[in-house]
Amino acid sequence: MTQPYMFEKPLGLRDLLPSAQRAIARLENIFQQELQRWGYDFLQTPALEYAETVGRASAIEDSQLFKFLDAEGHPVVLRPDMTTPIARIAASSLRKEPLPLRLAYTTALYRSQKKEGGHPSEFEQTGAELIGDATAYADVEIISLMIALLQKTGIDSIRLAIGHVGFVNAFFYDIVKDKKTVGQLRNLLYNKNDVGFREYVASLELPDESARKLNAFIDSRRLNNDETLDYLESLTSGSAIPVHSYYQNILELVDLLKTDHLEGKIDLDITLVPHLNYYTGFVFQGFGGGLGFPVASGGRYDDLLAQFDRPCPATGFGIRMDRLLSAARQSGIQTEPRKKAVIFDRANAGRALLFANQERNKGNAVVLQHADGIDDAAAFAEQFETIKRFLSSDRMETE
Amino acid sequence: MNESRITVAMPKGRIFDDACRLLRNAGFSLPDTFESTRKLILDLDDEPFRFILAKPVDVPTYVEYGAVDIGIAGKDVLLESGRDVYEMVDLGISKCHMAVAGLPQHRSSNPYLKIATKYPHIASDYYRKRGEQVDLIALNGSIELAPIVGLADAIVDIVSTGQTLRENGLVEFDRLMDISSRLIVNPVSYRLKKKAIDQIVEKMIRATEGNKVGMD
Repeated sequence: MTQPYMFEKPLGLRDLLPSAQRAIARLENIFQQELQRWGYDFLQTPALEYAETVGRASAIEDSQLFKFLDAEGHPVVLRPDMTTPIARIAASSLRKEPLPLRLAYTTALYRSQKKEGGHPSEFEQTGAELIGDATAYADVEIISLMIALLQKTGIDSIRLAIGHVGFVNAFFYDIVKDKKTVGQLRNLLYNKNDVGFREYVASLELPDESARKLNAFIDSRRLNNDETLDYLESLTSGSAIPVHSYYQNILELVDLLKTDHLEGKIDLDITLVPHLNYYTGFVFQGFGGGLGFPVASGGRYDDLLAQFDRPCPATGFGIRMDRLLSAARQSGIQTEPRKKAVIFDRANAGRALLFANQERNKGNAVVLQHADGIDDAAAFAEQFETIKRFLSSDRMETE
Repeated sequence: MNESRITVAMPKGRIFDDACRLLRNAGFSLPDTFESTRKLILDLDDEPFRFILAKPVDVPTYVEYGAVDIGIAGKDVLLESGRDVYEMVDLGISKCHMAVAGLPQHRSSNPYLKIATKYPHIASDYYRKRGEQVDLIALNGSIELAPIVGLADAIVDIVSTGQTLRENGLVEFDRLMDISSRLIVNPVSYRLKKKAIDQIVEKMIRATEGNKVGMD
């Protein structure tokens, strides 16, 4: 490459300037408090993980991994997700802890992006994982917790799309009886390519009834929640056992969400398939603030811990802080801080310090500044909500 | 994103007239001046719709970022850009196909075939799946020139009637895929404006039925 300019950063990386950092810290504080109230414990993991363990299990495409050799020559990756490191911990350091585990994190993730703006390679994520509980109650807890966090931020039009990849896999397998074909169909769903899905179904030369069932599956995205449940029930007749039990699973979840009065925010969409292929059950995406991208996502991953020799059901979510910040801005949420300034000179330093500390103890943000250190008085004053001067020259203390 | 209004990205140029005809068939009361205007943004008087007129290759970009809710885009553009949008309906308009073409009896002296194209991703994907390594040369138009002036051994491009190829003495070597225009939807818009968008999708499917017959 050509010599970088002084201001440039590596591709896809960006600075968080004070205003953005303040806004993100505010959101993270809200999340931290709320997650602790729900009994979730925070933890941290290293930024580097072995490529053969966490790198492989994370199921992020190789081209998206930042991969290099550590000092001992082992291939390592910058962590591309947090669910996999937490699975590693749950299966090792926390192996003896009683289940279920409730764990939370706020951390930076790294995914190399080839695309243009709006797709940073490093981004903050806050998330929670509920490990060791296979019941629908665990899924409901994770979903309601995610909605609770989004609501606390004040962003508007929060919506959640919920699907179930376990059901999708079982239903497809029941019809086509071939794992590779199931994978193809699922991939077309992930790519949101309805037209391609129908073309592929036509190319399979299935019996008319089977092709009709697969095409109706795509159409079901247009149904409302009750219609979707009716539709899913109609699929269970004559289907294999997994389809039945997953249907019961979905029914139970919707019932519980109704109890929590969350049903109005939910769009039950069985065609929803996320990109991380470690998901095994419920999957969901959260939207809000009129942003063009999902701000949060998650789901159940019952097979992931087995890769670390501790087979165990688990479910969780992550909220993209960078996207949430854009959503908050689009919702018009004010994130600018209200700071006070105290300006003093040598003769009044003691009184000024006393006053500033009193204000700080009240919880106010106070800048204590010697008058001689100010370059442009007017520009300096503009940054503050109020200014109190302790100056002997004019013998006046003004607000 | 405005909650009540649906915004639609329309492709200017070749596909535009086809797309307008289809929208009228689907029951949208587009103004008579729609096809002739130089304006880039048009609001309908009596319906909550806003249309933006964009370059066809840019339509999926507007849709992916949520700058508009839905768009009409060629499958060629969608394949090349790989944008994260719902591809909901094959509109069956502006049909053509993607093909490899070149001079008849041309023998390449290059160790790797040189391929000129507007679609480097599609071309690269095609040759990789065939197990062939090629050198791609990205051009922006009049691709047919490349083999004639010796810039490339062959081209990968869309062909509709084949007239341009014939008039320039080129022949088609292989047909990659059929291309037509698609209705695409931003995934988040779909969640937030599901009812309105589903209504449009259904209207479009009905208006499209006619185009399905007599596919060549």
